[in-house]
Amino acid sequence: MNLLLVLPLVIPLLTATFSLLAWRRLAIQRKLAVVGTAALLGGGVALLTLVWTRGIVATQLGAWPAPFGITLVADMFSAIMVVLAGVIGLAVAVYSLASMDEPRESFGYYPLLQILLMGVCGAFLTGDFFNLYVWFEVMLMASFVLLALGGEPDQLRGAIKYVTLNLLASALFLAAVGILYGVTGTLNMADLARKLSAVAEPGTMTALAMLFLMAFGIKAAVFPLFFWLPASYHTPPVAVSAVFAGLLTKVGVYALIRVFTLIFVADAGYTHTLILVIAGLTMVTGVLGAAAQHEFRRILSFHIISQIGYMILGLGLAGLTDSPAISTLALAGSVFYIMHHIIVKTNLFLVSGVAQRLGGSFELKELGGLYRADPGLTVLFLIPALSLAGMPPLSGFFAKLSLVQAGLGAEQYVIVAVALVVGLLTLFSMTKIWAEAFWKAAPADSPRQTLSAAEKRNLLLPIGMLAAMTVTIGLAAEPVFALATRAAEQLTDRDAYIRTVLGEPQ
Amino acid sequence: MNSLILKVATRFMLPLLLLFSIFLLLRGHNQPGGGFSGGLVGASAFVLYSFAFGAPETRQALGVDPRGLIGAGLLVALGSGLLAFFVGQPFMTGVWGQLDVPGLGELHLGTPLVFDAGVYLVVIGVTLSIILPLVEE
Repeated sequence: MNLLLVLPLVIPLLTATFSLLAWRRLAIQRKLAVVGTAALLGGGVALLTLVWTRGIVATQLGAWPAPFGITLVADMFSAIMVVLAGVIGLAVAVYSLASMDEPRESFGYYPLLQILLMGVCGAFLTGDFFNLYVWFEVMLMASFVLLALGGEPDQLRGAIKYVTLNLLASALFLAAVGILYGVTGTLNMADLARKLSAVAEPGTMTALAMLFLMAFGIKAAVFPLFFWLPASYHTPPVAVSAVFAGLLTKVGVYALIRVFTLIFVADAGYTHTLILVIAGLTMVTGVLGAAAQHEFRRILSFHIISQIGYMILGLGLAGLTDSPAISTLALAGSVFYIMHHIIVKTNLFLVSGVAQRLGGSFELKELGGLYRADPGLTVLFLIPALSLAGMPPLSGFFAKLSLVQAGLGAEQYVIVAVALVVGLLTLFSMTKIWAEAFWKAAPADSPRQTLSAAEKRNLLLPIGMLAAMTVTIGLAAEPVFALATRAAEQLTDRDAYIRTVLGEPQ
Repeated sequence: MNSLILKVATRFMLPLLLLFSIFLLLRGHNQPGGGFSGGLVGASAFVLYSFAFGAPETRQALGVDPRGLIGAGLLVALGSGLLAFFVGQPFMTGVWGQLDVPGLGELHLGTPLVFDAGVYLVVIGVTLSIILPLVEE
């Protein structure tokens, strides 16, 4: 049981280590990347099964008792996120085999990808604030290099904005952690949850909550702190964009949900109203920003932002209702939305890469005729695209449905209306990509390229796998929603978390 | 740089610095020192060598690729943490054993030292894989 909690950290680190040892043998590194991410997925599923059967599990690293040592905790939410990290890691590793160029591979692309996954999983599993900061840094260091690897001018322009704003967020996060420690004398999340409700004066707490909201808000790219995302996500190779789009902002969302369900719940009338307003503005600006774009990956980048709005919408709703049932439904909606979004968004980025390979560009006006060139790819684009817009019976429909239901239950009608309109506008953007890249005739001068059989397999296999998951989540929404509901129940039951980490009260 | 004084001095300094770095590593358990500072001193020994004799000779003297040192160090450090599982303890718990050495008495040996040795290797590897390419430029 201890081992399962540590495996999502040990497996990527071991894979990265062996990749380092095989620095000059790219064939070995490629195999290791696939095997390592598959093992990570396996470890994640085992952890999820354990948490499903036994409830929240925790381990104290180095056997130092909480709250003095570092605690690793896995509840359903963490375990689901680790599984998703494994899914995305595996899909991107396979996709990289055919899409990553050799110079980038020989400068450590594969070990960096593993370190990134380790940072992401660490952030999901830790139960300690300073340790969370450390995992954020591990993840950011790897992402800085992945973003700039290759050194193209566009990439460096994007990387400068990305690095600057993320370092600012880290500084805010660190300051907030310092103040928190000064006020309470502890950084263990469970211990904080127990002490904060009793000790500190509400003013300080709200100020701290705002600092954390800023820090995690920049990482999660919420309104008005999202500018770094569309400035950088379209610059690196597609595989890197895809893993960033799937996982990095979601770590910020995860941290927001964790902190605002476990720790800062005292002044929910203020903090969660603010979160709700931010959610609405994030959805609207993201989707409007996408409408103005004409580059495949830029459109998708802006849609990440609008989707982040949906995810924290559930968090805001959960804090603003008195009914525990609706609160659980709202959080379950958020968790379900994250599950759906990570798979769909990564998939769309992967599709954009194949479109670029076939049509020679990411610019919609230079693309065209992809439907004629590759009908199979067209279907594989339509599944995540329609799911993103919320078409039944795909995963996005049920994600939006549960959030709308929770919104109606919490009597927040304005935000429900916003969510529905944004859904329609999302469909507009997806139609734009459909009409421009797939449906219209190819421009006369566009280069036509074909893929070799091996490339085709490695590019389309992960896309097909993720599309199949999207369909499965849609068709089997009931059992998947049961997972999300269990996660939400554990998020609302703070006492169970505190008891698991700190042990029974003496 | 071609300086006879530096070359001769470096021949004396290299073993001394390496010895000192091991001393720092071993002493680090209870007193100031440890894998990080020991590793830095060890790396500085090779950096000095590269100033006197150039980067290719340094790589030859080192005998292994600095990146290999990073990998080996990570493996050693990770292995020391995983050892705890064999005695049923959580990850990273220190495992201690006693060794009777004739003439010296009892020796307390534990995984923290192994972890530190891993850090030592990683620090040397990282420092040299940054500095040696700079010397080569």
